[in-house]
Amino acid sequence: MSKKAGRKSAATGGSLCFHDVRIALARRRLIDLDTCIGPGEVLTVMGPSGCGKSSLLAYVAGFLDPAFDASGNITLGGRKITELPAEARKVGLLFQDALLFPHMSVGGNLAFALPHDPMMNAALRKARIEEALAEAGLSGMADRDPATLSGGQQSRVALMRVLLAHPSALLLDEPFSKLDSELRQQIRDFVFAEAKSRQLPVLLVTHDPADAAAAGGRVIELTG
Amino acid sequence: MKKALTALGVFLTATTGALALDIGDWKSVEETARGQTVYFNAWGGAQNINDYIRWAGDQVKERYGVTVVHTKLDDTANAVSAVVAAKAAGVDENGDIDLIWINGENFVNMKRQDLLLEAGWTQKLPNWQFVDWKNKPTILTDFTEPTDGRESPWGMAKMVFFHDTARDIGMPDSFAGLVEWTEKNPGRFSYPAPPDFIGSSFLKQALTESVADPSVLLKPVEPAGFEATVEPLFAALDRMHPNLWRGGRTFPKNKEALRQLLADNEVDIAFAFSPAEASNAIANNELPDTVRSFVFSGGTLGNTHFVAIPYNAAAKEGALVFANFLISPEAQLRKQDPDVWGDPTVLDIASLPESYRQQFDGLDLGVATLKPSELGPTLNEPHASWMEQLEKEWMRRYGVAN
Amino acid sequence: MLRYAPHLAIALLSGPIIFGLLATLLPAFGYFPALGGNELTIGHFGTLLAQQGLWRSAWISLSACLITTLVSLALVMAFFAAWSNTRFFARVQHLVSPLLSIPHAAAAFGFAFMIAPSGWIMRLVSPELTGLTRPPDVQILNDPWGFAMMAGLVIKEVPFLFLVMLAALPQVRPLAHQKVATGLGYGRMAGFLLVLGPPLYRQMRLAVFAVIAYASSVVDVALILGPTNPAPLAVRLVDWMNDPDLTRRFMASAGAVLQFLLTALALLIWLALERLGGVVMQRLAASGRRYSRDRAARLAAGSAMMLTAGLVLAGLGVLAIWSFAGYWAFPDALPSSWTMKTWSRHLDAVGAPLAVTVEIALAATLIAVIVTLACLERETRLGRGGGSRALGILYLPLLVPQPAFLFGLQMLFLAAGVNGWFWAVVMVHLVFVLPYVFLSLSDPWRALDDRYAKLAASLGAPVNRIFWRIRLPMLLRAVLAAAAIGFAVSIGQYLPTLLIGAGRWPTLTTEAVGLASGGDRRVIGVYAFLQMALPFAGFLVATLVPALLFARRKGMKIG
Repeated sequence: MSKKAGRKSAATGGSLCFHDVRIALARRRLIDLDTCIGPGEVLTVMGPSGCGKSSLLAYVAGFLDPAFDASGNITLGGRKITELPAEARKVGLLFQDALLFPHMSVGGNLAFALPHDPMMNAALRKARIEEALAEAGLSGMADRDPATLSGGQQSRVALMRVLLAHPSALLLDEPFSKLDSELRQQIRDFVFAEAKSRQLPVLLVTHDPADAAAAGGRVIELTG
Repeated sequence: MKKALTALGVFLTATTGALALDIGDWKSVEETARGQTVYFNAWGGAQNINDYIRWAGDQVKERYGVTVVHTKLDDTANAVSAVVAAKAAGVDENGDIDLIWINGENFVNMKRQDLLLEAGWTQKLPNWQFVDWKNKPTILTDFTEPTDGRESPWGMAKMVFFHDTARDIGMPDSFAGLVEWTEKNPGRFSYPAPPDFIGSSFLKQALTESVADPSVLLKPVEPAGFEATVEPLFAALDRMHPNLWRGGRTFPKNKEALRQLLADNEVDIAFAFSPAEASNAIANNELPDTVRSFVFSGGTLGNTHFVAIPYNAAAKEGALVFANFLISPEAQLRKQDPDVWGDPTVLDIASLPESYRQQFDGLDLGVATLKPSELGPTLNEPHASWMEQLEKEWMRRYGVAN
Repeated sequence: MLRYAPHLAIALLSGPIIFGLLATLLPAFGYFPALGGNELTIGHFGTLLAQQGLWRSAWISLSACLITTLVSLALVMAFFAAWSNTRFFARVQHLVSPLLSIPHAAAAFGFAFMIAPSGWIMRLVSPELTGLTRPPDVQILNDPWGFAMMAGLVIKEVPFLFLVMLAALPQVRPLAHQKVATGLGYGRMAGFLLVLGPPLYRQMRLAVFAVIAYASSVVDVALILGPTNPAPLAVRLVDWMNDPDLTRRFMASAGAVLQFLLTALALLIWLALERLGGVVMQRLAASGRRYSRDRAARLAAGSAMMLTAGLVLAGLGVLAIWSFAGYWAFPDALPSSWTMKTWSRHLDAVGAPLAVTVEIALAATLIAVIVTLACLERETRLGRGGGSRALGILYLPLLVPQPAFLFGLQMLFLAAGVNGWFWAVVMVHLVFVLPYVFLSLSDPWRALDDRYAKLAASLGAPVNRIFWRIRLPMLLRAVLAAAAIGFAVSIGQYLPTLLIGAGRWPTLTTEAVGLASGGDRRVIGVYAFLQMALPFAGFLVATLVPALLFARRKGMKIG
């Protein structure tokens, strides 16, 4: 854990813990997990497609298909989230595609994520968004059409969008697999650095050993 | 089972309502009518007629505050069916239809089903005083059925033929002459398939000319004598059909389709029930300006068309006001103007005020319209039961082509 | 609220049909107290069967619906096999798509004037080539076998099946499969038909059934082009129902039951044909023949498709000419004089029906879109399921012949005192609008990447916010396109508007058919144009609004 990262520590900083979490599909056991991911720590889950690693993410985020049988509890900063609706869990998601909302501007995408705050007027919200863009090296791009950004720029906006929603944990679903190798390195560093600086527990699902290496934390191999 | 059906079928049960309305007190009729909307169900296939109805509606709106909505029908029978359906469903008040343009079979049906406003209302209309019921007997007997004052006359009709003078066809002068003419000119004549109104009228014209004693036609059909009476007619038709347009295998749908065939040079003779038809069609570019009308010297059928009020009309007073306006000298004059419609008046011109008399006499009836004096004798419409039987027999013989 | 959306949709669709059918069935078996029918009897079926040429009428309806469906399907399938994924195909697609929104009656009128002995084709070649100065006395229209009517139906069924197949195509992964077939040495058409034909047909089967049901009970096209003595069954039904001799209503109801059975029989025969076709396809595929030389067949398929589209478009073009024509004598290729009179006369009178048409269509479309969105949103929130079960119900209004339930429905509405009410008309339009809106919106809705919604939820957005801010705007184009289709469907309704509207809600279509009975091609030209212009305006709005709203969003372009 880096000490200097405490600067932007999230208010709800805490561990993402799995208590006897078991996921099965048609009586086939896919996941059996009992562990905690500490603030700023990355837990990497690796395995071939179909091994159930994505269903673990879906269970945490609250989208698990009813076809799966899941049991066990998940807590985030001590708060039990398994019973909460998806929008109340405060877990940020990143997919392999940036999935910027195509009908909104770049700034609109970020504003959608920034929670409503009665203390914050329009100008302050705008400033906050501009600040986030600057952090991602995208100053002045708030009015741009997301479709006109490069792949790397889109990925960075996607990350800033997740972070603006003040998540208490990050779930990454093969987020770098569609980027070319040079860009992948750059975005990977950016994501992990931001997560660390905010002391977020991170669950990374990937089949790329390089991702696991860059994450630098524990690795769980699923065999499927 | 039966019980369940009865429960389900409550909606099909009918009751008959009575009405209380004093038409003699015309002032109060006009007062009640103000603000009413009259749904006038009338055939909507001719724009000039639709325009005329719109004009008449505008007039009563302005003068009596009565709104007229023209529901355009492609077949008057639809309106009859609608009233029947309403009665079946027990809608004895506030019905959808306030006035129907009607005559003949449809009138007989509504009269027999008791679907019309009380008898005798027509004679109580203020403008009835101008109606020429003395010299125009079809105003009081519609297809030999007494009108009983249950339908108010609107216009006169008479069968007229027309042809293009640019083609030398040698016009026939009787039904028998027409049969011979088709032999010399195969494929150049047709008539709308019954039960189309004009098609059935053609059959009646032919029947009237074919029977030895036309007076039997004025009485209801006697089933025993029917066969013998119509024998000459169908013998002639059997002879004529192979020489008709398309060999008589198919027939035009109505008089408009027949007129189109004349315009397209597919046939040489067309006919209609309105003396102004040809002039109107020329004015609308539907026929070349070389078309002229002719009649049979032995006479052609004539009748009257009417408006009637269903027993359950929602706006009876409004309908009365509108019906009265339709037989006003002003409305009838405009209707006879060939630039507007060209439909002959039901009024006795001699009984009108001087100014109207002059205007009626001064009307230019149009190039292809025969003058009243040239229209020839009027043959009586056979009793309505003849038409029914005739249509059935025609369908039996020719309804299914071989 | 959302919970009840599927129930509401099912009630809106099946309620009028089921109650309408029941109310048709009772008089058919003699129960109609107002006309003195208190006893249950099958006697009216006897009367029906004794009608002159009844079997011939039924035979024409039956043969016409099967033959036209077979021909249309074969033509569309052959054209797809021959030309899909070419530039020619894309061009034809642009030509065919607008044809779908043309009301049947307008297309039939145009077609009739093209092929009649005194029609435009004959005028073009006369007297120069034929030496004719008056039209030949040959039967082309209204022929006793119904060929003209079948041709008129085919030219309208082809665009419909074309667009249905176009929508189904991506689901069978055409390129990959076709490459395998061509790699094995199969000709282009054979490869497509043998490999993609069966799965493609399975995708569009219900739409084909709808075409059969429609063609078996069509009234307007049959009136214009069909045989006259005897006429097809549905035409005679409407005649009997409107007969001034009121006791004929019993027989008419019995006839409506017969119509229902006839449509069912047609579908059963088609099911047998499907079996047969399956066996033939299997044999062909197993024979190993490659049919690699298919140049002539491809040209034939392309020409046939161009011919059908061309006939409709040329027919409408000629109707447009008629609307400006003065007198137009037979062998002349063009009118001898031109006039604005027809237009100026009718534009004046057309305002009211135009407004009514738009009001009814907007109301029905709006309700249909809201109900559809509610159903789809509920499905999304609950996860899949329920969607496929409801699909059969959606096709119910398209499979039950209209006369079979509309007559009864009219009686029911009368009894309830709502016949002639604006909302009663809207409701019966909805029966036909809702399926089309649902069918055209559900595919793009379900195809939307569900990760957008998941992402939004993880950003803290509640379900309602996700619907309004994410799903609805992202699918705006699809929603408006579905609405435009619903709008066009509503505009084309004739029998429902007439019967349930009690004549109080004159629309462009009821006015047009009313005026058409006058047979004046000039007037028909004006109304056909307006009937076409209105759906076109709907599609224009559906295209322009998203284009303007998302002018600066490349990601919202089609694709």
